[in-house]
Amino acid sequence: MPQTFAEKILAKKAGLDHTVPGQIVDIIPDVALSHDNTAPILGLFQRMGGTKVFNPDMHAVILDHATPAPSTSHAENHKIAREFVREQGIHNFYDVGRGICHQILVESGLALPGEIVVGSDSHTPHAGVMGAFAVGIGRTEMASVWAIGSIWLRVPESMKITVTGKLPDGVTSKDLALHVIGDLKADAAIYMSVEWHGGAIQALPLSQRATLTNLMAEMGAKNSYIPPDKKVFDFLKDRARREYEAIYPDEGAIYTREVVYDGGSIEPMVACPHTVDNVKPLTEVRGIKIDQAFLGTCTNGRLDDLAAAAAVLKGKKIADGRRMIVIPASEAIYLAALQAGYLEIFLKAGAVIESPGCGPCMGNHMGVPAAGEVSISTANRNFQGRMGTKESEVYLASPAVVAASAVAGMIESPANL
Amino acid sequence: MADIQGKVWKYGDNVNTDVIFPGKYTYTVSEPAEMPKYALEDLDPEFAGSVQVGDVIVGGTNWGCGSSREQAVVCLSEAKLGAIIAKSFARIYYRNCLNNALPAIVCPDAVDAIENGEIVTIDLENGVIKCQAGEFSFPPLPEAVMEIFNAGGLIPYTKKRLSETK
Repeated sequence: MPQTFAEKILAKKAGLDHTVPGQIVDIIPDVALSHDNTAPILGLFQRMGGTKVFNPDMHAVILDHATPAPSTSHAENHKIAREFVREQGIHNFYDVGRGICHQILVESGLALPGEIVVGSDSHTPHAGVMGAFAVGIGRTEMASVWAIGSIWLRVPESMKITVTGKLPDGVTSKDLALHVIGDLKADAAIYMSVEWHGGAIQALPLSQRATLTNLMAEMGAKNSYIPPDKKVFDFLKDRARREYEAIYPDEGAIYTREVVYDGGSIEPMVACPHTVDNVKPLTEVRGIKIDQAFLGTCTNGRLDDLAAAAAVLKGKKIADGRRMIVIPASEAIYLAALQAGYLEIFLKAGAVIESPGCGPCMGNHMGVPAAGEVSISTANRNFQGRMGTKESEVYLASPAVVAASAVAGMIESPANL
Repeated sequence: MADIQGKVWKYGDNVNTDVIFPGKYTYTVSEPAEMPKYALEDLDPEFAGSVQVGDVIVGGTNWGCGSSREQAVVCLSEAKLGAIIAKSFARIYYRNCLNNALPAIVCPDAVDAIENGEIVTIDLENGVIKCQAGEFSFPPLPEAVMEIFNAGGLIPYTKKRLSETK
């Protein structure tokens, strides 16, 4: 019987012929991702009586949430993680400043087509950009995976989003994702596997595709998948840590919901406070005053995101009394942006460049807003209180729009500068 | 298993983990027993100081969306909340509830019927909610998951499995 991607990969990993939505399967994941929460997970692991992890090679431990440590308690946390990976013989460890966990998993060839990734972070579906089945899990269940290797997963219903044609110039995958979330709403894909198909998706570079799988967490998805193609296989040459076998959905698979969008009709979009599905066309929110612009995160901190912002900022200055923060998503991106001259453009424009990591995205440090302030950000979440105070507002947009807004001092299209 | 009985704290749709347990505390408050003090801080400042053992939260659709932070469940399970009834749950939040043995019940009809502040009774084994408006039934947990739940959560469950393999 024809199967969706989720049904097919879970059947394969559980050693079954096929699976159906709602079925519970027990599987051993290929990758178990944890970040700064490695220390609290270790506490749970020890409470379970754990001493040696099930398989050290399964682990990816990437410090990114509050890095370098902004306080002694954060530093203690990092120290526990470092000691843990040393004692357990975990090789896939990335210390502070190497990058954001979701970016590192892809960039380092740790998340591969046809593999199962579990991560104790809600944006784990990001790795579906490589054709992996990547799901976020809680801390206690991560501790249990460390201890016994396996986890129960419910076979999800699947949603198929097809985007035909081609995105217009100046429109990015961020705009597409926001358009879809605004259209279908934040709870449209709860517990579902969201597959992206169609010519407009195939035409996107991997960095832009990753924004789509990343943002499906904001629609409630369990995982998100883009069929791996030559772009993925070329990218993985000399990067893939293991042999892999891509898995594709069958013709005739049954989807709970199928939605088709015309890529050519998508326009620049902005998610307004305080939910990601409160989406409006840029043309309707232009002119809203901002205090801070933030370019970075696992959603939009990659090289072409920085390039798009640099193209807007070249030879311009950030508006008086405004601030702009730039955080490349990884060390490799930081270096490439340096070599391409983007960092010089940001500095001359008056932006602040900080070390790779999550930065102020969830209100930890490196530029959190004051009460009453308005931010525009390339991140994936604008919930009330997300950036540190519930008295502030966060708008989400593409890198070029964030850069243009920094120059204008208000939400603005790059075309109108 | 005894019935759950408590006062209802009713909230709306898409209540996210940032308002249930603010992100700024995720790496500064690590002791589970300390977490109830911050529960729902940015949603209902009354809650943390007044919630009683066995009380029941009633939420709309997509309860617990957003970050995977388990503190957003632990701050309630440590307060000995009786259950959360919602129209739907965000997936990771739902898993975190079951893994911490906090009953997460999907029952849209009951959510519509239950009034804020009333006393409700929940029979988990038979899947029945009793409130002023009447009785509502909900499907029982899948067997594989019930095993974790009956063990008192995933920590004691995994502990038992580890000790059996040693």
